[in-house]
Formats: sequence, C-alpha cells, structure tokens
Amino acid sequence: MLIFELSRPGRRNAAQAPAAGVEASGIPARCLRTQPLLLPEVSELDAVRHYTALSQKNYSIDTHFYPLGSCTMKYNPRVCNELAMLPQFRARHPGAPDDTGQGFLACLFELQEMLKSVTGMTQVSLAPMAGAQGEFAGVAMIRAYHDSRGDAPRGEILVPDAAHGTNPASAVMCGYTVREIATDADGNVEVAALKAAVGPRTAGLMLTNPSTLGVFERHILEIRDIVHGAGGLLYYDGANLNAILGRVTPADMGFDVIHINLHKTFSTPHGGGGPGAGPVGVNARLAPFLPLPVVGRAKDEYRLLGERDLPLSIGRLGAHLGNAGVLLRAYVYMRMLGARGMQRVADFATLNANYLMAELAKAGFEVAFPRRRASHEFIVTLKHLKEKTGVTAMDVAKRLLDKGFHAPTTYFPLLVPECLLIEPTETESKQTLDAFAAAMKEILEEARRDPQRVKSAPHATPVRRLDEVKAARELDLAWRPVNRER
Amino acid sequence: MPFIPHTDEDIREMLAAIGVASIERLFDEIPRELRGGALAGFPPALGEMEIARLMRGRAERDGTYLNFIGAGAYEHHIPAAVWQVATRGEFYSAYTPYQAEASQGTLQLLYEYQTMMASLVELDVTNASLYDGASALAEAVLMAVRAHRSSRKVLVPLTVHPAWRKVVRTLVRNQGIELVEVPYCSESGHTLPGALARFEGRDFAALVIPQPNFFGVLEPVDELTDWARAGGALAIATVNPTALALLKPPGKWGGRGADIAVGDGQPLGAPLAGGGPYFGFMACRRDLVRQMPGRIAGATVDAEGRRGYVLTLQAREQHIRRSRATSNICTNQGLMVAAATIYMALPGPDGLAAVARACHANTLALVSRLTAVGGVARAFSGAIFHEAVIRLPVPAAPVLNALKAQGILGGLNLAHDYSGLGHALLVCATEARSEEDLARYAEHLARIVGRRTRPAAGALKPGSKT
Repeated sequence: MLIFELSRPGRRNAAQAPAAGVEASGIPARCLRTQPLLLPEVSELDAVRHYTALSQKNYSIDTHFYPLGSCTMKYNPRVCNELAMLPQFRARHPGAPDDTGQGFLACLFELQEMLKSVTGMTQVSLAPMAGAQGEFAGVAMIRAYHDSRGDAPRGEILVPDAAHGTNPASAVMCGYTVREIATDADGNVEVAALKAAVGPRTAGLMLTNPSTLGVFERHILEIRDIVHGAGGLLYYDGANLNAILGRVTPADMGFDVIHINLHKTFSTPHGGGGPGAGPVGVNARLAPFLPLPVVGRAKDEYRLLGERDLPLSIGRLGAHLGNAGVLLRAYVYMRMLGARGMQRVADFATLNANYLMAELAKAGFEVAFPRRRASHEFIVTLKHLKEKTGVTAMDVAKRLLDKGFHAPTTYFPLLVPECLLIEPTETESKQTLDAFAAAMKEILEEARRDPQRVKSAPHATPVRRLDEVKAARELDLAWRPVNRER
Repeated sequence: MPFIPHTDEDIREMLAAIGVASIERLFDEIPRELRGGALAGFPPALGEMEIARLMRGRAERDGTYLNFIGAGAYEHHIPAAVWQVATRGEFYSAYTPYQAEASQGTLQLLYEYQTMMASLVELDVTNASLYDGASALAEAVLMAVRAHRSSRKVLVPLTVHPAWRKVVRTLVRNQGIELVEVPYCSESGHTLPGALARFEGRDFAALVIPQPNFFGVLEPVDELTDWARAGGALAIATVNPTALALLKPPGKWGGRGADIAVGDGQPLGAPLAGGGPYFGFMACRRDLVRQMPGRIAGATVDAEGRRGYVLTLQAREQHIRRSRATSNICTNQGLMVAAATIYMALPGPDGLAAVARACHANTLALVSRLTAVGGVARAFSGAIFHEAVIRLPVPAAPVLNALKAQGILGGLNLAHDYSGLGHALLVCATEARSEEDLARYAEHLARIVGRRTRPAAGALKPGSKT
C-alpha cells in the first residue's frame, strides 16, 4: 500500500499547518500554480503508522547483522544522534556569525585535529559531503597542485582495477583520463604494470589500502617511490581506514592526500544511503588548495576560513559548510573512543574478519586469498560452487536474507568471480559471527542438496526476488492516480 | 572497551581458531617500518555522561537567536513525527538498498518521494537525492552539457545564489565548461529577458533560471524558458520546494516547460543544523533520464507478481559504468529524503500551500514594518516570495552586530557578494516567525538605525549654539 492509496480527499492534519485564510496577495497571478499537488491527504496517525510499517521492511544494523563489505556497517551509538540534535545545534542557521557558534565550531575544529592525529596528515577540510565528493576534492587538489607548478601535461590518473567505481569516475570529473593497473595473484598491485604505466603524464595514483580485496598492499613503499619518482602524487581512498586505525597512518605510507568516510570508520549512520561525510586530509604541499570552508582558530576564537584565507583553494563543494550534523556525530563518537579506543577499532575489526574467514574456510568455503591475512574484510569466491551446483553468489546472498542476515557485498571487486566481500566490523560479538558462519554452512549444504531452494531465495522477506530487468525496461518511477491524467 | 563486545574468553577462542598467538600477529603483513602510528594529541576517552555534559555546555553557550536569515536555508516548523520516525533504527542504520528484498521500506519510501517531488515540479522523473542544492545545480549543468552535445557554455544569472555559483564553478571547471554571467535589472531585482539579447545567436547548452531568485524576487520564468528553448539551450530551473506549493512549477514554464529542475530540499523537514545535512533534488523530462546522475528507485514485480521496488537504471552509475558514469556520486542524502517524505505527507497539499502562504505573508509584513523605519527601503520593486532585500541608510555590519547583541539575527549582509547594492540586507520571515517576533525586530532596528543616523542626544547640550 502506498501512502497515496491511503489518501482521502478532504482529510486534514490541522495541527501540522498554519491557519488557513492567509492570501498570497503579493504574487502576480501568472506566477501562481494552477496544477493540483499530488501529496497524500492523511491523518498524522496514518502517516506515522505507514512509515513505521515501511521501516519494518528494512534490514538495518539495529535489527540485523549487516556484513556489507567495504561499507563498515558498525553500530551507530544512539548518543551521537542525541547530542548532534541538541536544540541549539539543530537551530543554528548556516549564515549565523561565527561568534554565535563557538561551541559548535570548537567541536568541528577538534574533529579536524583528531582526524589529523589518526591519519598523520597536516591539514584537514570537513567540507566534502560524502566519500565520492572527498575523492573529487582530493583529485582536484592534485590537479591544482600540478597546475600551480606549470606541470600541465600530467593528464592521467592511475587506478588499480580493484578500486571502487567512484575512483575512476571522480578522476574523470576532474578532467583526467584514467589508466587501470592490474592486480597480481596475491591481491597486490602489479608493480611491473605500475612501472610501465608511470611517466611524465602521471598526475597521481589512487589507492585503497588495505585494498578492496581485503588485504594490505605489501608493496606500498615501492609503489610510493615509483609514483613520487615519476612526479606523481599518491591519493589514499579512506574506505578501509577502519582496518588500520592506530596501526599505521596514510601519512607514514607516503600518501599526499586522503579522504575519510565518517559514515564508515567513524560510525555516523548510513541512513539508507546517506548523508555521509568525506573529509579530506593533505600534507603541507597540498594544504593551500583545500576546499572551503576550513575551521581556523586564533587566540581561542574559532572562525570559518574562506577565500581570503586560502586564495588557492579549489573552492566550495556545497552551499554551506558540509554535512555539519554528521560531523558532530563523528566528533561525539571519536571523543567517546579516545586514543586507545581508536586502536582497538582496527584490532577487533581485524580479529573479527580473520576469525570469520577461518570459520568459513572450515565450513567449506573457498577464500579468495588463502595465503593472506584478512584486513577488516575478506572475500569468499563461489566460482566452484556455481560450476558444480549452479548456485551463484547472488543466490547465497538472497538465502542469507531468509536466515536473518543482511547479505555481504556481492560481485565487487569485479575481478574475483562470484565473490562475497564480507566485513563484520568490530562491534559484532563472537556469538553473532558464529551464528552467521552456521547459516553460511547450512546454505552451502543446501546448495549441494537442493540448489533450487537457494536459487529461488529469498523466501521469507516481504517480497520474493524482484525483477530488475522489468524495472529498467518498463520505467515506473512515480505513482500515478488512476483517474487523473498528469 | 566502548562498543566492542569481546570478552577475554572470546578473544582467546578466536585467536586459537585463527591459529595466532595475539592480535598483534594479524598485522604482520604491514611492513615493520610503518607500524607504530602513535596518535599524537588524541584526547582520552569520555563516557556517555561526560561527553553529554561537554556537548550540552557548548550548546548552551552558543544559545539560540531570533532568526531572520534565509539565503538558501529556511527555518520551518518540523512536525515532531518527522524525525521520531525517520530516526527509527531501520531507516537510520540501513545502507543503500542494493539488496532490494531486504530494503523495501527505503525503496518504497524513495518511490513515494519521487512521486511527490515529480508533482511539485511537474516533471516526469526525479532521482533519489544529491548532496545539496548547490551541487545539484552543478550536476544539472554537467547533465545539460552531456545532453546538448554541441556547446559547453552555460548562462548563469547573477540572481542565482552566489554560493551556488561558486560551487558550480568548483565542480565543473576542470571539464572545460564555461559559465557566462547574465546581469539583472537593478530596479526590479530580476533578470530581464532583454538582457539575453546580447547572447542571441550564440550556442549555449543551458540557461539557469532561479525561482524565486537569491533576492527573493520572482523571475519572468515563462519568457526566460521560452528564450532558452527557442535558441536550442536547455532550461535549468532552480526552485524552492516550499514555494512550489504556490508557484507555477518548472514543468509548466513557458510553452514547453523547463528541461531540468534542481533545488535544495532543506525546507522539507531538515533542521538548519549549522548548514547540513540537507539534500539536493533533481527532476527532468523523461527523455533525459539516462543522463541523470544519482540513484533512482523504480517499481517492478517479484517472482510471485507482487508489486515491489528496486534501484533502477544503475548502468548510469559509477559502480557499474566507472569512468563513463554520469557522475561519481555514490552515497547521497537518503535519511534527509526519508524525513522530507514524511514531512510532505503530514501537512498534505493544502497544508504545504498554507505554509508557503504564511511565509509569503510574514515576509511582506516584515518588510512593511522594517521599511517604516526612517531611511530603510526595499532595494527592488519586483514581486517576492518569502525573502526581500532591504537597504539601510547606514552600513549593515554594525547594525547586524547591534541586533545580535539583542539576540536577533537580522539577515544576510550583501556587502561582500553584491557590493553595488549599497547597505543591503537579505531578510526572511518564514511561518515560524510570530507577529511579536516581527515587531521586536522592527523596534530594535528603529532604535539602532535612529541612533546612527541622528547626532547622539548627549551632543546637544542646552544652550549650545547650533
């Protein structure tokens, strides 16, 4: 049932609108709307009940184990939401002067400082509103840096073939062409391929470490020297920062510029697809190009720095100062963990991933990189299962839904066939991991015994498997009332 | 250990299962010279009570102000139900609905949102959100250039929000796109169709048309849209969703309607929150949908023929198309859209129009009270929606400071972005402002401006010669 189907003409929510009777006296008739507005006419109870019922059709961290690889679906502490929504923070207008928000700006300034501490970078800007916008900002800074030196022929960004799709897409938005670098059999960047690719056209290399294959890039120092030696810069995609917090920093690995996903590593909610936040960190040579605004401090007074303070900035990425409410949630989370807690994140995320990898291997699953340690995530490949039974990674993912688990990431990275990318995160207990491993084992046995049962999953969700081909062929992107021609 | 559930016994058993002696060993693939990573200057942990005390102290110190600033972020009443439902864990802590069968709540909500938004703008299709209005405008510019094919030039009136214009510049400049400024009429405060004559005969990918514009003034959208489409350019509307309950929707502008509409969804249930998170919305004609960036939900059926919802047209997106995607956007502003959908459902069509009328009436009342103060006048003659530019007889910055000392944020000073306008302030009074609020602002403004335009009373001593 759609909210529109609950609608009854004339039903009103008197408490939720200003008194009627005010006229739009100052607006010329030719500017006025004459078309009816297709919003539902429902009571407050109708709306609350409808959207509560909808929410109950979702799997979420609060209701289910959610081992979605590369997304770091850890518990989102409730207090982070409560404190970010304190009335004064909630009511603050983005155009309000800095001196009316010193407490708010103090939180953001200290967040910048903590992010510098955990990454080793020299300066941080909180402006990017998601990881991909952080990538855009980072690559734009690389370009601004080369341009500022008159080094314009560097028109190419190198990206490993295992990278997130956002990496090449972000590079293209900055006007670069993208060159892919192959991965070796153990999941490392193929150093020979990298050597062959770098040159005077190389603007930089974008790297995720640990990589999307769930392994630490062992040749990182050699890679650093190759790229820097060719005059390129090193970009760190912080998607997997959770795996190394307090163990090794992007700065020590030689990265010049990084982005951080606060909605992954620093536990801000994923919200059904955002809002996230993708702060960027840089070393000294890229600091002049940071996106605006940056929170500055002089004599215990906090101030948003703008174009006059950073005239070489790549500019603004949003109308205001980024996803401020998300930043406050990350701030609360980081203060609650403290220095020691930060290190425990990587320790226990890694312990959980290696434990689950060992348990799944024991259960008969094929690990993609058996000779490697898992980082905070790992890959299982179902290539052989598919050959024997016809059961695919997607089928296993759907069957997991029946057993009360959200599925791992499927079919990414693209280079491992029939893959499941599994990231348990540090906030899950051994008992949860054991239950998941047991469910996986049941599915494996079922795939051998009764493959059709797995292939036709899910059976227990609010709907059965959905026809995506039909959705794309016969586009239905908005509801239309039967009796009304739009 | 905050948020880590492991007992000592769990840890022992897990290490034994892996076959290592310590957690330390799990990091042995990291080159030794890199390991260490001391967290210099990182503060120690705080408990929930301590962090709550710290945050409450800071919030109280910041306090609250009586707000008359709009300029792209508007203080509206948000029904209590909106965020109580939107922050349910099932919405708050889910992610992008890739596993559709486990995400029907979010997906159906997106479909309902797309329906509501398509109706607001009267265009065929909308996406599931972009970051904010400014970045949505940048994406619209990129989309128009892709769709147009022959031109990489876009006309951007100076009546478009100055911060939005900066964002567009940041996001498109590395792709060889030229943004050409269009001046406005200094009397009416809007773009004159005649001002476009100088661009006649040149090839442009698009014309951006704001309604209302940054000054709160209504643009001649029909003429501007027709001009764009007659010259083969796309018409990109930037609109305020509250205003659309009252104003002619972009799909009906001119003879054929705008091609793309974008805007900031903040007025639909997002708290001001210091600048975000808000969300950007984008809608377009059906034939442009494959050029649209961002996620789109679509209806389909399941294996038993029941209605269900999925993310669709994913072949446009970065996780499939990589370097040839329509945009790099991945995570968008999902939760803000959940709030906006609930927000729009609560007041319904009449209620949202009532909100729009109340904002309009309040701003007219505010302008009338403020311009009753000696020397204060409206800067432009054009009709407005819910913002207006007023001109003061004295510099705006000290006046705003004096108002701030009384707990009033009196508007946005336009001295930096529009220095030619004199001592100009952009003011806004939404439905959240009461008669008493307006009176309070006017009284303080009269006192402050009066003191600054007259010689101080003490300077006139009895018997002194003047």
